[in-house]
Amino acid sequence: MSFARRRFLVASAAGLALGGVRPFQALGADPALRTPGLPDGALDSARLDALPGKVPLIKRSWRPPNFETPVSYFEQAFTPNDAFFVRYHLASIPEVSAQQWRLQIAGDALDKPYELNLEQLRTSFEQVELNALCQCSGNRRGLSDPHVPGVQWGYGAMGNARWKGVRLKDVLARAGMKKEAVEVVFDGADGAVLDKTPDFVKSIPVWKALDDNTLLAFEMNGAPLPHWNGYPVRVIIPGWTATYWMKQVVSIQAVSQAYKGFWMATGYRIPKGKFPVVDRFTTQETEANTPITEMVVNSLITTPRNEQTFALLQPIEVKGLAWDGGYGIVSVDVSADAGRTWRTAELGTDLGRFSWRQWRFVIPAPRPGIHTIMARATNRAGCTQTQDLIFNPAGYHNNVMQRINIQVA
Amino acid sequence: MKLVVMLGLIVAAPVLADEAQVALKEGEGKPLVEANCSMCHSLDYIQMNSTFLDRQGWEASVNKMIKVMGAPIRPDDVPLIVDYLNRNYGK
Repeated sequence: MSFARRRFLVASAAGLALGGVRPFQALGADPALRTPGLPDGALDSARLDALPGKVPLIKRSWRPPNFETPVSYFEQAFTPNDAFFVRYHLASIPEVSAQQWRLQIAGDALDKPYELNLEQLRTSFEQVELNALCQCSGNRRGLSDPHVPGVQWGYGAMGNARWKGVRLKDVLARAGMKKEAVEVVFDGADGAVLDKTPDFVKSIPVWKALDDNTLLAFEMNGAPLPHWNGYPVRVIIPGWTATYWMKQVVSIQAVSQAYKGFWMATGYRIPKGKFPVVDRFTTQETEANTPITEMVVNSLITTPRNEQTFALLQPIEVKGLAWDGGYGIVSVDVSADAGRTWRTAELGTDLGRFSWRQWRFVIPAPRPGIHTIMARATNRAGCTQTQDLIFNPAGYHNNVMQRINIQVA
Repeated sequence: MKLVVMLGLIVAAPVLADEAQVALKEGEGKPLVEANCSMCHSLDYIQMNSTFLDRQGWEASVNKMIKVMGAPIRPDDVPLIVDYLNRNYGK
């Protein structure tokens, strides 16, 4: 019996036994599951549930596992490992042990291909630490209007962490990279259930691979990576969306031709000229579109929550996060009147240009009634958030300013 | 990369039991949808992507599964699957 068939039978048998009973239905009332703007079916099918080793997260899909971090965890500067979001395309996810893990460094644009085990990776190169936000390209896809197919993420397909690892450029240098190299290609240990499904393989331009900040990380917030976040080693591409941050990386190839697999040539593409991004990926560009690269400037209001009520004469503290693709946040403006007037928020500690930045603002004593709170981040490149969605078929780069409605009575 | 095959590692599949909670709407074609779609993914993908796709949208999704993802769905079954999806999870 093939592997695929066996898994399928396990799933069907379990389905029969439980008859689709929904023990978590009562949790439908949890605020974490009520993100306004998501498709009705996404709201209905979301659950709070824990993967092994994780706290309960917002389940978007069971297999492959796609679990979103509730916004309440974003009140912390660093997202706890056990609350960090989980995103997989393919459902065959092996449990990789530190002893068995090997990393192949190869490709036609390297002189001396070689292999590393985990101990060698840790001890043969200088170790570095870096704070960086890991955000799914499709974070907030579920808010696209009109809706587009895919995992219907709300606000929580992201997390901020302190990563420890070694520089990719040091690992590549040992193999003697040739001047013909144009891209570096990553493959993880995960795979598809069917042989015909394209394996999840990603490439980055060689200039990004040689960036001092591009890492192979074996620690996250001072602990080994969780299984669901890429144990034992994942790639860290600070500033760029998480699609390139290959989990459980087992193969790195420097190549002289652009890698044309499905997840590069077709998936994760944005229309050209629509978004204010700086980093280009020229070996992958076509007339119409280009791979997604750096994150666009964005912010999140973590408090107050939508539909929260406040007593009269009570100052209201507005808090949140702001981030971009690594240029750095210079200001966050807050409006308490649906965008008519704006005031500057106070920025929190600068944790590094690839980290998100906390901010706060106090509304002194709002009048009775319903108020719409908005936030707008601006980065060092002069980019800010958009008022209206920049629609694209895959729902990427959603940085529309949020609108949080509160009531004062 | 299928490290499973290469190194004989154990595959973590704890989510398989949880996905049994997913119950699609009753209707003609449901067994066909369950059998074909659950080969590669849990059936909550269907619920999650509703209700905003019209028949053409669901047809495009099913065709992507066949042409891009290599799903071995019999050509005769495609309209029946699309009918079920559109009737029960369509716009």
